[in-house]
Order: sequence, then C-alpha cells, then structure tokens
Amino acid sequence: MTSTVLSSRAKTPSGLRARVAARIAGRILAVVALVASAVLVALPIVWAISTSLRTPATSYDQPPAWLPTDPVWTNYSAVFTAVPLLTFFINSVVVTGLIVVLQLITSTMSGYAFAMVRFRGRNAIFAMVLATLMVPAQTTIIPVYIIISRLGLVDSRASLVLPVIGGAFGTFLMRQYFLQMPRELGEAARVDGAGPFRVFRQIYAPLAMAPMATLAVLNFSAYWNEFFRPLIFLQDSSNFTLPLGLVTLQGNFGTGSVSIVLAGIVLALLPSIVVFAFTQKYLVEGVAVGSFR
Amino acid sequence: MPTETLAGRREAVQLGAPGPERRAERRRFPLRRSARSRQARAAWVLAAPFLALFAAFMLLPLAWSLFMGLSDTQSADLRTPLAVSFIGFDNYVRLFQDDQFITALRNTAVFVLVCLPLTLACGLIAAVALDGGIRRFRAVFRVGFYLPVITSIVAVAVVWKTLLDPHSGLVNTVLAWFGIQGPAWLADTRFALPVMIVMAVWRNLGTVMIIMLAGLQSIPDSLKEAAELDGAGPWQRFWRVTFPLLRPALLLTAVTTGIGYLQFFDEPFVMTGGGPLDSTLSATMYAYKQFGNGNYGVASAAGYVVFVLIVALTVLQFRVLREKE
Repeated sequence: MTSTVLSSRAKTPSGLRARVAARIAGRILAVVALVASAVLVALPIVWAISTSLRTPATSYDQPPAWLPTDPVWTNYSAVFTAVPLLTFFINSVVVTGLIVVLQLITSTMSGYAFAMVRFRGRNAIFAMVLATLMVPAQTTIIPVYIIISRLGLVDSRASLVLPVIGGAFGTFLMRQYFLQMPRELGEAARVDGAGPFRVFRQIYAPLAMAPMATLAVLNFSAYWNEFFRPLIFLQDSSNFTLPLGLVTLQGNFGTGSVSIVLAGIVLALLPSIVVFAFTQKYLVEGVAVGSFR
Repeated sequence: MPTETLAGRREAVQLGAPGPERRAERRRFPLRRSARSRQARAAWVLAAPFLALFAAFMLLPLAWSLFMGLSDTQSADLRTPLAVSFIGFDNYVRLFQDDQFITALRNTAVFVLVCLPLTLACGLIAAVALDGGIRRFRAVFRVGFYLPVITSIVAVAVVWKTLLDPHSGLVNTVLAWFGIQGPAWLADTRFALPVMIVMAVWRNLGTVMIIMLAGLQSIPDSLKEAAELDGAGPWQRFWRVTFPLLRPALLLTAVTTGIGYLQFFDEPFVMTGGGPLDSTLSATMYAYKQFGNGNYGVASAAGYVVFVLIVALTVLQFRVLREKE
C-alpha cells in the first residue's frame, strides 16, 4: 500500500493530498462497515453462546446480558442428563471420520486415474461424474433407501457412510490438483523401472497432501452437519448423529428453557469451530482450485 | 438436454485444466504399447472402488428414480419394485396440475432469483472490504463470517426461531425500541419466505466471501497500480481490472450456490414445515412430502423436475458468466 502511495507521489504531485485523504476516509469507512457486518453476521451465534451461560430463568431477559457476569455452567451438565449427548457425539465422530477417510482414499486413487492416465472412455466417464454434481439428494434418495434396506442397513450408521464413499466431488477436486502436477516425475520413476502403482503410491500421492487436507476439511464440515440423510435413514436414537440429537434435545425442551438447548448447540458447534480455525488455509485453497488457472 | 450439459461442463473442465496436459500426452507417445496398456489397467484398478460405489449409489438410483417417475410405484411396492405398471408421463401431468406443486415451484423460483444475486453481492462486498480494508485480524473476520456456514441447520433454526419469537424475541424487542411493532415473522405468509431468504444469505455468504477473497488475493497488485497510474479511479479499477479477473471465481460460486439453492429444503423443513399456508413450501420439500405419503412415483418425478431446473440454471450461468473470447 505504501509503495502505491510513494509511486503515485513520484508521478503525480498535484492533487496528492486530496487523494490520500480520500483513500484514508475510504479505508476507515470500509473498516467500520466490515466490523459492523461481521458483528451482525456473528451475532446470532454470539447470542447463543451467551444465553447458554445464563440461568434458565433469565434466558429471555431483554435486552440480553451479552456478557454473563457470573456464567452458569449447569446448562452444560444438564444437556448430558437430558439426552445421550455423548452417544450422539461418538456417532458423529465415527460417521464423519469414516466418510472423510474412506472418501479420501477412493477419491485420491480415482482422481489420479482420471488426471494422469489415458484410458478408453475416460473423458465420457468423467463428464458423467461431473454431471452428477447437479443431482439433488432428493432425486436419488428413494432408490438409495431401497438399496440400503435390501442390504439390511436401515437404521445403522453404515447406511450414512457407504453411499457417499464414492464421492463425485472428491474425484473432481483431486483430479484438478493432479492435472497441475508435473508428469516428468512419474516418467523418471518409470524409466527407473517403477510400476504404475508404485509411481502413484510413492511419488504422486505424497505430493497431494494439501488437496487431501482440503477435501478432508470440506467433507468434515458437510457431513458433520448433515441433516437430510440421517433424518431419512435413522430411527433409533442410539444411532443418531448430533444434528438429529439436537432435534431430540429441542423436543425435550419444547416449552421449557432455551438455555439448555443452546448449551447443546454450542457443544455441537465447538468441533467445527476448532477444525475451521486450524484448517482455514486448506479450505481457501480448496474452494479456489476449481476456478483458477 | 444431456449433450447441452456435457458441453457446458466440459468447458468448465477445460477452464480448470491447464494446457500442459495435452502436450504431455503427446510427449508420452513414445512409450511402448505394452507399457501403455499396463498403465490403463492400473488406472481402471485405481478408479474401481470409486466407480463401483458411484455406479451403485448414484447411477443406479438415478436410473431407478427416472423409471419410478414413469411408473405408479407406491410404498407398498417396495418388496417387488419391478412389479409396477408403466404409466408414461402421468406423474408429470399430475404434478403440473397440482396447485400445491405450482406454489412450491413459485416459492423456489422467488427464493433462487432473490437469494442468489443477494448472496453473491454480499459475499463479494465482504471479500473486497476484507481484502482492501484490513490487514490485521483478517483470520478473525474470516472465522466470523464463516461461522454460520459451519453451524448445523438445526442449531441455526433453534437460534433464529428464538430471536424471531413475536413476543420475547430479540428482533421484535429491538424494533419496539423504535416504536415499531414487529410481525409474527414465521407465522405470517408475507414474511416467512423473506425470512428464509435472509437466513440463507446469512448462512452462505461466508462461502462466497472465502472464494472471492482467494480470487482477489491471486490478482497481482501491479495490475491495479498500473491502472491507477493510468488515471483510473477506484470505481473504474474495480469494474475494469478486478471484476473481470474474478469472473471464474464468480462463475464457480454462482454455479455451486445455485445448485444448493434450487434444492432449498433444510430452512423451511426445520423452521416452518413449509407453512404458513405453503408460503415456504419448496419443490424438494414437496417431493419429500410425497415420499412421506408413499407416492414414490410422484416424488421421483418432482425430484427429476428439480434436477432439470438445476441443469438449466447451470447451463445458463455458464453462458452468461463464461469468459468472453
């Protein structure tokens, strides 16, 4: 920024002061607008956190005490006695973890195959894979449900995992990255006598750690919060993941205190915040990959 | 229709795919034939797990629901899914004669047409402000704007319902300070859909912002400086230099957000159940209700209508936003 100012001073001395003043004013305006809108966007969640720390009797105080002077932690323990929150949490970890890991494996392998190897029908198959990115979940849910029930998997955690391991988006993302990798590496190894699987495993797969991290983060946030499929596939509350668990919690307190429900919500949100805070670099790279270069 | 889609999509791929691929393939030509077939075999093995699952849980269901949409399948037919009669386009005719489905389509159209431009504009503005205005704490702001994206819809629903409560909610309390009596937001046919729109913008602008921010930061400062030296004002610099370079990022976000918005389901499902008086009933929610009633044929047909709309919107966006050459 300073260099811009310096260079414009060198070229156009006249009107400089007005321009600098306008720029500073613009900057201040931008910062104010930004802070205001960020506060507005984060407000509902900040409100949820602050209300979860208030006694049920003061949940609805207006205006709310944004900073609870003496935070009440009993709401958090009450959540665990109201619903089997730990079970929901473990279910979410197992389901999301399995989807993330298994999809990473299949997508890396297929993305590599589509990007680096030329085989008969490759482009036609890949075009089909891309086209299915437009298919709404509601279009295929009935047959998927029938297949799941034929496999005897209805109302199981496996019913959430199995159908999404072969993810079209993951394959697309990994392919885009592999396309950018130099082919010379593999060729050199091939000349040295390495087979195609070794070239993949020892040369290209280790280079794809960054996009794999991206895919893991994207899948984590998608499946950790997934609502529609669990709603259709699960019946027994012992299999519920957190989003369905929150519905149960909400139902238990339909007319009572919202503070305890909000405590459950904050607990369910914490893992997402932690994961996002530490991995936002990969997320930014990942969402950009389809659109640049 | 399929060829249209594939053409549009293929261009997207080539947009993302750098030129070197084709060059490298030509260079690999000298490889012996046996080595090449060995590689092709390896490719099939590597792609096999994905392809098998993709075929079983995407292609098969897609074909199956197309068939179901052309048959009179009911939930009672689940045990013998092939012993149903083929009724042609009757389900589709039934759909378009059903006032409730027309209402659902209209709601979905209003939602997409208002919400999509609004989300893109808000996300873009936030990204530009973040890129130009703030150096320090940028990560904090990013988390702030992204919080709604990583929050489960169930949690969002509880929080918003409480905030929008007509008597004790924060929104109407604040309005009352200014002497305005707020409506019963979610129980009012005039306000329920606008509330869904505001909520969706709030939930999705973080995604748009992050993509646009990545796009903005990939634009070299020297370009903007050069334009400034040539006497371009900030407004001109943005529309003549920055914006055209953001076009690919904008296309990506417009397409993915559009696909998500046409499937508009979670918000009305958890907030209003489609009401009041179907004023927030979306097309996918209609399909879900038919599914719940056991009318699998009609539900599948409705699902396919949404799919076709998504394809149409995507193709349109590629036409409009693609780089002009």
